Amino acid sequence: MASSVTTAERMELPARVRPVDGFLLVSLVLVAAACVRAIWFTPVDAMLGAAQKIFYVHVPAAIAGLYIACGLLAVASIGYLWIKDERLDRLAEASAEVGLLFMGVVLVTGPIWARTSWGTWWAWEARITSTLFLWLLVLGYLVLRGAVESAESRARLSAVMGSLAALLVPFIHLTVRLFRGMHPGPVVLKPEKPSLPPEMAITFGLASVAFILLFFALLRMRFRWAGLRNAQAELEAV
Amino acid sequence: MSAVSPALPPSFLRDAWRIARKDLLIEFRTRSAFLAAAVFAVLSVVIFRFTWDPTAIPAMDLAPGVLWVIFTFSGLLGLNRSFGLELAERAYDGLLASQVSRESVFAGKVLGNLVFVCGIQLLTLPAVVLFFDLPVGGAWLLLLVILLLASLGLAAVGTLFAAVASNTRLAELLLPMMTLPFFVPLVLPAAQASAVILRGLPASDAAAWLKVLVAFDLVFVSACVAVFPFTIEE
Repeated sequence: MASSVTTAERMELPARVRPVDGFLLVSLVLVAAACVRAIWFTPVDAMLGAAQKIFYVHVPAAIAGLYIACGLLAVASIGYLWIKDERLDRLAEASAEVGLLFMGVVLVTGPIWARTSWGTWWAWEARITSTLFLWLLVLGYLVLRGAVESAESRARLSAVMGSLAALLVPFIHLTVRLFRGMHPGPVVLKPEKPSLPPEMAITFGLASVAFILLFFALLRMRFRWAGLRNAQAELEAV
Repeated sequence: MSAVSPALPPSFLRDAWRIARKDLLIEFRTRSAFLAAAVFAVLSVVIFRFTWDPTAIPAMDLAPGVLWVIFTFSGLLGLNRSFGLELAERAYDGLLASQVSRESVFAGKVLGNLVFVCGIQLLTLPAVVLFFDLPVGGAWLLLLVILLLASLGLAAVGTLFAAVASNTRLAELLLPMMTLPFFVPLVLPAAQASAVILRGLPASDAAAWLKVLVAFDLVFVSACVAVFPFTIEE
């Protein structure tokens, strides 16, 4: 019994499991508020029509899933190889999984928007293609995690892949851009470029904050869950 | 060998060569993986040729992609085996317990795989040229440089992930899943650069792609050497 207390303390587990996570609740309410504002209280784009409103979900999800999640995965993986802290492994695991979810949102909302605006579900454009490859890469990372039995090996081997992935991302982006850059397609549309009118900018800002908060709320839950799981595995091993 | 050894500056290269030689010798005596990969490569060329409609797509548009798809997948067949060889009878432990540095073990494995991949390519290339009726012009030397550059990256990243995958339950399934996203910045530039040469365009058109290949090799060969020791159980 004594060992269970030390394990829990060392892993900084919450003293008791709350039925409702306050942080998650707040972020969900904010996401809902952003959606309500985007649908009912933001003007319809004159050029792109109602489909433009997907932008308020698509771009914030990309910020959280592509930039924050992949950045955290890379930093945590390199950090783990450096200082071998088990918490960094859990952080890498949690950011990969939550990031995969957000990237999934990007990859689903993108084609829906593209169908109405570009007339095609999928364009092999540089940014879209890079996102797909990144999604597959993170999926591979998670499959690797699932295929290793021992916790120590799992952390070590997945950190190897995570840190190499950090080097790969710029290469994938450069390659795909070069590839498409040589054959300029009909698609040279960047949703972020045109300056937004204030009403749209406020909705976009709110949605971004809401999605980033939701990302961190889910990350925190997943991180804690991983801690509990590791603690249970450790207890069962004793 | 002993007369040559002192002339080689660091023992690093000598050890790496010994490990590569051991792997290649095993492969030469059994010929199992090489034959499997070669048969796979030639069969793939034939299948691609039969599913291709020459009236719809010119051979030039298809061949470079076909070439590199086949190289990548047949290369994977060899990579899978590179640490599987050592895991039987725990020979890997013996290798690590020897005085050879871990970097040398990795370099040796990469060298062995590089020879394997290049061997498959030298066999597949004539088959593709023949079946797709391609006019390889005067720039064939540049084509070989592209093959070598891409193969080096392929062998380095593939060997590292073969070491990672050999520690898992699903080695054969996991290796392609982990490595294929990493091969994107190799296969795409290599196919594009090959296309430039096969079309007989000026070599300068391939310069941007060659730069990507060289940069990938520089970054990933050194990164793989640096992280390889982490794939080993302490």
